[in-house]
Amino acid sequence: MTVLRRIGLALLAPVLAIVVALAISGLVIGLIGENPLTAVQVMFDFGDTPAQQTQAIVVILNRAVPLFLAGLAVSVAFRMGLFNIGVEGQYRLATILAAAAGAAVALPGPLRILLVIVVAMAVGALWAGIVALLKVTRGVSEVISSIMLNFIALGTASFLLTGPLRGSEPGASIVTTADLPESAWLPGLNGVFSVLGLAQPRAELYGFLLVAVLVGVFVSVLIKRTRFGFDLRASGMSPSAATASGIDARGMVIKTMLISGAIAGLIGLPDLLGDQHNYGTEFTSGLGFLGIAVALLGRNSPLGIALGALLFGFLDRAAIPLQFADIPASVVTIIQGTIVLSVVVANQIARRLTRRQAERGNAVAPPTTGDGGTGGGQGPGGGPPPDDGPGSGTGPGISTATGDAGRTDARGRAEA
Amino acid sequence: MSTATATTATGRGPLTDRLLGGHPQRRVLFLLVGLLVLFSAVRVISGEEALTSSSTFSAALLLAVPLALVALGGLFSERAGVVNIGLEGMMILGTWGAGWAGYQWGWVGALIGGAVFGAAGGLVHAVATVTFGVDHVVSGVAINILAGGVVRFLSELVYTDNPAGGGVTQSPPLASRPPSFSLPVLSSGPDLLGDLEGKHWFLLSDLAGLLRGVTNGVGVLTVLVVLLIPAAYLVLWRTAFGLRLRSCGENPAAADSLGVPVYRLKYTAVVISGALAGLGGVFLVFIATIYREGQTGGRGFIGLAALIFGNWRPGGLAAGAALFGFSDALQLRSRTAVVALLLLVAVLLAGVAVWQATRRKLTQAVLAGAFAAAALVGYLTIDELPEGIVSFTPHLTTLLVLSLASQRLRMPKADGLVYRRGEH
Repeated sequence: MTVLRRIGLALLAPVLAIVVALAISGLVIGLIGENPLTAVQVMFDFGDTPAQQTQAIVVILNRAVPLFLAGLAVSVAFRMGLFNIGVEGQYRLATILAAAAGAAVALPGPLRILLVIVVAMAVGALWAGIVALLKVTRGVSEVISSIMLNFIALGTASFLLTGPLRGSEPGASIVTTADLPESAWLPGLNGVFSVLGLAQPRAELYGFLLVAVLVGVFVSVLIKRTRFGFDLRASGMSPSAATASGIDARGMVIKTMLISGAIAGLIGLPDLLGDQHNYGTEFTSGLGFLGIAVALLGRNSPLGIALGALLFGFLDRAAIPLQFADIPASVVTIIQGTIVLSVVVANQIARRLTRRQAERGNAVAPPTTGDGGTGGGQGPGGGPPPDDGPGSGTGPGISTATGDAGRTDARGRAEA
Repeated sequence: MSTATATTATGRGPLTDRLLGGHPQRRVLFLLVGLLVLFSAVRVISGEEALTSSSTFSAALLLAVPLALVALGGLFSERAGVVNIGLEGMMILGTWGAGWAGYQWGWVGALIGGAVFGAAGGLVHAVATVTFGVDHVVSGVAINILAGGVVRFLSELVYTDNPAGGGVTQSPPLASRPPSFSLPVLSSGPDLLGDLEGKHWFLLSDLAGLLRGVTNGVGVLTVLVVLLIPAAYLVLWRTAFGLRLRSCGENPAAADSLGVPVYRLKYTAVVISGALAGLGGVFLVFIATIYREGQTGGRGFIGLAALIFGNWRPGGLAAGAALFGFSDALQLRSRTAVVALLLLVAVLLAGVAVWQATRRKLTQAVLAGAFAAAALVGYLTIDELPEGIVSFTPHLTTLLVLSLASQRLRMPKADGLVYRRGEH
């Protein structure tokens, strides 16, 4: 009973939000004189032939992979009550530099891919590190500084693209960096479809999907099962209590932003390694901002973020078919925006319901603890932190604590 | 929002006291005169006339006005305790409203349309943050995302196949332009200031450029906006309404216990905030005489930064808006003049280094000195910055200024905290 109730309360918010968002969007579509049901039908119409249907699934998954990474990057910072709005700039700058490095340095295939990944993560982390540094040393709000750094990153990227890193012919309509050699293209996962006995789609399913899953598992373990994660969540829920228990607040800000930025650096790589093979003026943009939405939708838990990313991928795929049905494609953006807004409102309502229940003296443990900040601390099934208890906040053991226990656990989970 | 590690106030050195001590008015005067001399010197040394030309200053005024409006919007909302990251979204809504109403009913329509659309965005923010208690930054970010979708949707709806013109990303041009005037004798007719500016004398010509820039061909509405700043001060600091509104931002529980309608005031403040941000968008549309998607270019965020830089006060935010408007104007006017800014930065940072050294803060002094040297080297080696780099001059300025000034700032005490009656 209590378990059922807990699950019910955890699901209440997202379901409520999606229903409300769909109702509003239906209203909007109705207002412009189109039939909302047609829109729903178009969205779920994946095509007639089996190949078209698997193709639609691949398109959704390929869109969801970068969105998932973006959501993760944002959520890591969110968990600590930090708003990394600079994900957009972090991944754009990281992608162009990684693309250029990958094309310029001569290495055998797999090592070249590794280099691209490492460069991207390092650039993302450095760029986010500026935000952290300005916050802890100069007291600049990370919201403002990360937004400003977005513009600086985009300007720098466009300068690099048209200047020193230009690889395309002069006069070409789309300016790009030099192409990655074919050995550095990450192979796709279309073998899965033949194993499952499904038709082969036209496009390749990104091989980076596996990397994204690994990163998701890593983040999940890092946050829930390590000392660092405990410190991080403690700092997010009550900075003063965290400081009182000996957590180094400044160090936590820097470490958290570095991790968030490193993950943000990966966002562009699925497209870079799996499809585009260069960074150009037409490279996918806006993923950083959507990542904020996805993180809010997934309530900062990796599983929730994955679901949110899939939902957004599904909605994005519908944009073009909707246009064929004479419904403006921007309906998709409106649906996404309203979903986010209703999710945060619904989270708040669910939290208040939980609290009221707890106050009535029910034995139900509240699934979400109020941190006043990021809309529901733990995701569904979070439970109490399984860490080594209250006296754990002191001193120097942080790096070792994040090490062994976390890593082995990650592998164990990935195999399971 | 910021966990500023407040510096303990150490004793001021004699030099610091001379420059920063005394009455605030004297301080501001010192600062302004110092800046003018500095700019003048840099202009003479670098030979970049664009640095203090009247056209730069008039462009700066033009660009500072939207920022000032957004910052004023932020002032109302944050003084009432609601952090408003959604200003950018409300500004976007304002630009669309201005474009839509403006092509049908001229500039008066644009003003009203922009304000109404912005206020609608503010209302959404108020409902989310005040009624539902959503985290303020989260709600603001959601509004920014939503606003982008809404305007694109509305454009697709209204402007495709519209006989008046326009398209998915832009509106038809405005039906009429707002009136403007020039100060007779000084800036028009004989144009004495223009003559003086043309002489390129040290200090005098720069002053003439400044004065001519802000008096020649100035929009009537621009003047009204400038007047709004003292008006906002009077409303917020000299009326009962203002006192109550600010009490919501400092200590809502206490205000509530004294019978102040906290929720209603917060609603009012955030809706006013949205309307002002929307008006900021209207001025961008006036500059271009057309609505274009992406016209705001993050100016909502810069306006917010101006507010923070201005320590949540009208005079300060005006200074912030002027600074960012100026760097934006310079960036648009001349790519070479931006390089001259590096020299200015070098001089300023060298000053900071000396100042920190007199306060015996050696690390800060060395750091400032190193950056000053880097800026100087940059000035000496770079001829012209490429377009991508120049485009973010205002944003970089914002960041630099904030990182130099953030520690002395104090935001309203309950800013950003969700207030629920009876839970505190």
